[in-house]
Amino acid sequence: MTKYSNNSGIIIIGGGHNGLVCAAYLAKAGKKVTVLEAADQVGGLAATREFAPGFRASVAHLLYLLDQDIRKELALESHGLRMARTGLETIALAEDGNHITIGPDRVDGAGLSAEDRVAYKEYRRFMSKFAGIIGGLHNKIPPRLTPRREDLMALGKTALSIRMLGRDDMREFLRIGGINIYDILKENFDHPLLKGALSLDAVLGTNSAPRSNNTVFTALHRMSGNTGQAAGAVSIPAGGMGAVTEALAAAARKFGADIRCGCPVSRILLENTAISGVQLASGEQITASVVVSNADLKTTITDLLSLRNVEAGFAKKVGDIRAQGNAAKLHLALDSLPNFKGLSPEQLGERLVIAPSVEYVDRAFNHSKYGEFSARPVAEITLPSIHDASLAPNGKHVLSAIIQYAPRQLGQGWNEGKAAFIENIMEVLDAYAPGIRDKVISTELLTPEDIERDFRISGGHWHHGELSLDQFLMMRPVPKSAQYITPVDGLYLCGAGCHPGGGVMGSAGKNAAAVVLAQ
Amino acid sequence: MVEKNDYLGGATASRELHKNWIYSNASYVCSLLRPEIYRDMNLAKYGLQVVPYGGSVTMAQNGDYIGNYVDPDLARREVARHSPRDADATVRYDRDIMRQCRFIRQFLLRTPPDPTSFKPRDLMELLYMGRQAMKVDEDVLYDMVKFYTMSISDFLDEYFENPLVKASHSGSGIIGSALGVMSPGTAYVLLHHRMGDVDGSMGAWGFARGGMGAIAQAMADCFTDHGGEIIRGSGVEQIMVRNGKTTGVALENGNEYYADVVVSNMTFPRTFLECMDEKDLDPGFLKKVRNFKIRGSSGKLNIALDGLPKFTALPEGSELAWGDMHLIDSTERLERAYDDWKNGTWSKDPYIDMLIPSMTDPTMTPPGKHFMSVFVQYVPPKINGKEWTDAQVAEFGQTVINQIEEYAPGFKDLILHMEVRTPRELENEVGLTEGNIFQGELTMDQLLFNRPIPGFAQYRGPTKGLYMCGSSNPPGGGVMAAPGANAAREILRDLRKPNTVPEGWIDD
Amino acid sequence: MTRVDFSKADHYQHAVYPSPFHSRQKEHNRLKEWTRWSDYLSVPAYWCDSMEYFAGRNACGVFDITPMVKHLITGPDALPWLNRLMTRDVRKIKPGRVGYSVWCDDNGRVIDDGTIFHLQDGVYRICSQEQQIDWFMTSAAGFDVTIVDDTHDVAGLAVQGPTSCAVLKNMGLEGVENLKPFGLTYFDFEGTTLMVSRTGFTGDLGYELWVEPEYAEVLWDRLFAAGELHGIRAMGSKALELLRIEAGFILAGADFLPAAQAVRPTHTRSPFELNLGWLVDFDKGIFNGRKALLEEKKNGSRYQLVKLDIDGNKPAKDSFVFTKKGKFAGTVTSAMWSPSAKASIALASLETPHGKPGEELEVEIYFQRELKWNRVMAPCRVVKDVFWNPPRRRRTPPADF
Repeated sequence: MTKYSNNSGIIIIGGGHNGLVCAAYLAKAGKKVTVLEAADQVGGLAATREFAPGFRASVAHLLYLLDQDIRKELALESHGLRMARTGLETIALAEDGNHITIGPDRVDGAGLSAEDRVAYKEYRRFMSKFAGIIGGLHNKIPPRLTPRREDLMALGKTALSIRMLGRDDMREFLRIGGINIYDILKENFDHPLLKGALSLDAVLGTNSAPRSNNTVFTALHRMSGNTGQAAGAVSIPAGGMGAVTEALAAAARKFGADIRCGCPVSRILLENTAISGVQLASGEQITASVVVSNADLKTTITDLLSLRNVEAGFAKKVGDIRAQGNAAKLHLALDSLPNFKGLSPEQLGERLVIAPSVEYVDRAFNHSKYGEFSARPVAEITLPSIHDASLAPNGKHVLSAIIQYAPRQLGQGWNEGKAAFIENIMEVLDAYAPGIRDKVISTELLTPEDIERDFRISGGHWHHGELSLDQFLMMRPVPKSAQYITPVDGLYLCGAGCHPGGGVMGSAGKNAAAVVLAQ
Repeated sequence: MVEKNDYLGGATASRELHKNWIYSNASYVCSLLRPEIYRDMNLAKYGLQVVPYGGSVTMAQNGDYIGNYVDPDLARREVARHSPRDADATVRYDRDIMRQCRFIRQFLLRTPPDPTSFKPRDLMELLYMGRQAMKVDEDVLYDMVKFYTMSISDFLDEYFENPLVKASHSGSGIIGSALGVMSPGTAYVLLHHRMGDVDGSMGAWGFARGGMGAIAQAMADCFTDHGGEIIRGSGVEQIMVRNGKTTGVALENGNEYYADVVVSNMTFPRTFLECMDEKDLDPGFLKKVRNFKIRGSSGKLNIALDGLPKFTALPEGSELAWGDMHLIDSTERLERAYDDWKNGTWSKDPYIDMLIPSMTDPTMTPPGKHFMSVFVQYVPPKINGKEWTDAQVAEFGQTVINQIEEYAPGFKDLILHMEVRTPRELENEVGLTEGNIFQGELTMDQLLFNRPIPGFAQYRGPTKGLYMCGSSNPPGGGVMAAPGANAAREILRDLRKPNTVPEGWIDD
Repeated sequence: MTRVDFSKADHYQHAVYPSPFHSRQKEHNRLKEWTRWSDYLSVPAYWCDSMEYFAGRNACGVFDITPMVKHLITGPDALPWLNRLMTRDVRKIKPGRVGYSVWCDDNGRVIDDGTIFHLQDGVYRICSQEQQIDWFMTSAAGFDVTIVDDTHDVAGLAVQGPTSCAVLKNMGLEGVENLKPFGLTYFDFEGTTLMVSRTGFTGDLGYELWVEPEYAEVLWDRLFAAGELHGIRAMGSKALELLRIEAGFILAGADFLPAAQAVRPTHTRSPFELNLGWLVDFDKGIFNGRKALLEEKKNGSRYQLVKLDIDGNKPAKDSFVFTKKGKFAGTVTSAMWSPSAKASIALASLETPHGKPGEELEVEIYFQRELKWNRVMAPCRVVKDVFWNPPRRRRTPPADF
């Protein structure tokens, strides 16, 4: 028998960080909010999960965008959020152990020229400044491109913020904003490790290579968070990234939101052409006139609402969203700490990257263009258990790494390809950390296919859609729906597929809440 | 006007490199040439005839082909042969491209504004652009964002399903560009190839009767007719500057010419890095010149043929052989050709855009004989960072010949003479830095007010009296004549002389 | 030639196919003029366009409609798909009925108009002027529906005019007189099935006959034999153009620009702007263009397509329309001297607020007399009713003439 419950409040589909932020703000404004999360815990990709007995990790493993206003307004610290480590340095690994260390304002290491050191400071200066332009847009509802007054005002304000850069920086911003990181790094630096590591920042989690235009933008986006720290600075929360979402959930609950886990939504219900509620996989139907989806637009419309319930042009645009994940996530349960060549034990806790040159990253990407995984993948590695012993059994450790490139559509299929790809990864890791294979107790590799299935994200793309200029601001997720609305009355969006995109930031959820409240 | 070669036109040249054969040995087709300038300079009176060649064909390795006809019914039915849905989708695709071309075309004969400037003129021009943008439908503006940022490959995926249909459209996205079809930004390059016209038929291309040099010759005749003087045969050694003022040029042959105004039609890097004294320029400016992207990506074979080659794919007597012929069958194959370029070598399975102008133009070869222009991509300016050797140039030529032979058995036996041009030859002969045919990459950092570099997009050089009028300047490359016209307008303005440069025709 | 041989790619060498009726058209085509219509050769006029027009108004004119683009729609979601595509409620078109409709893009701009034939329960055919497969397939995402372009599998003849029913009866189509306007029915014919619909593009009594291409020639022969004593004539597209303007029917590419072709998006029209608001049903649920059309209904339309009755006898082709005070009001989209209404008539697209019935306007007409051009400002008025709408068009059973 179908159970019916009357909600009259607001339903949020998905308890990822943006869904929770949205729930918290709506509840704070006195709205009745129900969050429906499919998994047994909140957090989505940010959740801290056990991947091997006693070993825990989160798919999103570094915090670098979380908005400090949200953090304060929702008093996340009072709900238990604590950083195990802030301001991680980046160590660009070299196979010969001659690594370099990249901090927010300086770069050190063997073979670095004086010019590179100076250029790095200047690079940080202008990139941080430009990132501020993008960051300034995060907490704004994107305008539409119409001659309406409010849209022109919003566009004018952005233009003004660009003008405020000053003449030279404005020129530089307009020159490089749309192009690729490869050229910019080539203009500024000589050291291959430095260029390689910086190029990785521009392509992490994207379906692009350093030579792809748009990658300056993605690099800036990564640095654009209103975090109160140096642009792009990364932190590791105590308890893993799940601690952030647990704190968000606690905050939302405190404001009165009802968060139900283990409740996958199977359908968004319509009455005539307006939202009437949702149906759960259990068959239960909950009525509501406002539904906010934390899922990506493709999943929301195609799987939950049905393409039949939107107009064909919109359905086509939803289908055209570029959201092919190209990054895999590796979790290793380690018997003991690995020995990376040239690294002291203290340095193991930093952010380690394997991207020894821009060309290396570019070559790794080439495979994915043709539906192959990288022969020599690139990696962003952390050992979170160094900062937070709770993540692994005593004395044992967790290695968490983003591995690229792993295309969603693998020619041979991931069933067949996964083992071979793990072998490629281990070969690369072993070159940098000899003997690591012997320390591995358990291995988990989440390919985009796994992420799509396990976390219900179309294409397995963490950002719910490629972060690029054709899918940013008023273009994200699709034109005319960038204002957190859909053509369906009562259906709103709050996920990373919306402006300002992915990363554990929370702004999409907050902006969406503002839109829902205004309407 | 001083010209380093004995012949005029630079890359817009006709040359007899084999007895009785006229080659368009660099640029080979014409569409972008601004009709306003064509008419205003009265080029028809000076003997220029531009003849459209109608259509193109893309040949696949499996022996099939897809033709592009001028007649809309023939065009539609040919696409329908491969995919009826794509034939219908072409209507929407052409519509969306034309929407963007209409928008761009109105700015081609205008000087870009400096967005950082507070001068009334720049502010007015910015306002004008904003107003024009706001006149356009909202959907067209979103499409515009996509055109300027997407890859041609992703863009085509939104319209078409058939790989050969996609391949036939993708070449225009990379011609002359050091980008692959999967590189974001290539959708714009496609627009650049579609925004020209022949007699108002947008996107159509034509031949200049007598080869591309006929365009330069007509312009030169117009110039001399109006009192201009042309001195050939010696290049510029140095642009002379005294106290921050341009004073003239010194030629390689030792002659010096003094003038208050010097206009460089050379590439941006060549002008400042090769023909000026470093001391006369600001180091910051020089750094930006060095960072100017002008990567060569293409090569060219000019071939004298004893007769017509027979392409296996084409039906006997097909009029498609009159147009441009592309040898490619998928975007993936095209992307792999780009991978070779990135790896510092020429494409081993190259993309080929070839024409036989002598089928249309009876002046180029003896009757029954033919001239074939073979544009090849990708070809790097250097091989693994080293200069090309003659042996490598020959080997590259062989790669191309072999590729054509695959599609037209017996082709090799028809070759009477062949000129192989890599970026090295293009730079050495014509002076195009790194052999880039557009005098600089057409990416967002080098378009509009960013071209050639921000702050210098209004045709004025860094020293007083020095101007720039080449394709390194907006609106960019192709035999367009717009940079030259726009530069002339700015010079006349500075000289406080009445403007003689025509305004752009407004479409509607 | 009865059917194009699709087993070979050779047919793509030509811009158009000969119609399945080609051999017969050729016999009648004394002017030896041919034109292209979609995928087929078509005849502008067989012997005299104005006489052919009168055949259609006075007796029986036969026009080859094979080139109409046709799509067969089947599958469990055929109806839901159609209802999301079309502005009108397709549920109301019962089996054996035909409905006229338009379809729009998301901006509420008309992509094309056409007729929906409910062939049998759950099986439909859409007949349209323009190619539609890309938009239909795009619209089909999420639906279990099969869409087949069957343009070349069906030959069609429009048999129009006051004696058309008599001709069909005489041909042996028993009971055809009971077919109501916008009805369709089937007959056994020479061992195949002949579909007859009481539809047409002339605003008069008339039928359309649909048969497999192999039977096209025999259909033509039987029809002309049966019509010999009823004034049957082959009719070309020029005559049809006159007939449809008198009937007030709009034509894609003349009276509106199909949205898929519009380089200038503002040049397109909504159903309201084409005076087709009656085809828009907001109560049926979601359909393409619904949201935009609701907005338009609320905020008002930019244009109005109207019928003009123009003083004098000069056809107002391509004319500008002005107010009495000389202010621009719009342009004529189709115009003619109506031999039946004996009036100069036109369809015109007028800018809001113009176009209310009874409004007095002026059209600027250029006309030529022996190479000398003249210009008149002809007074005209907006009229509500179509110029030709005889009661026989609706009468069932129809009279024999």
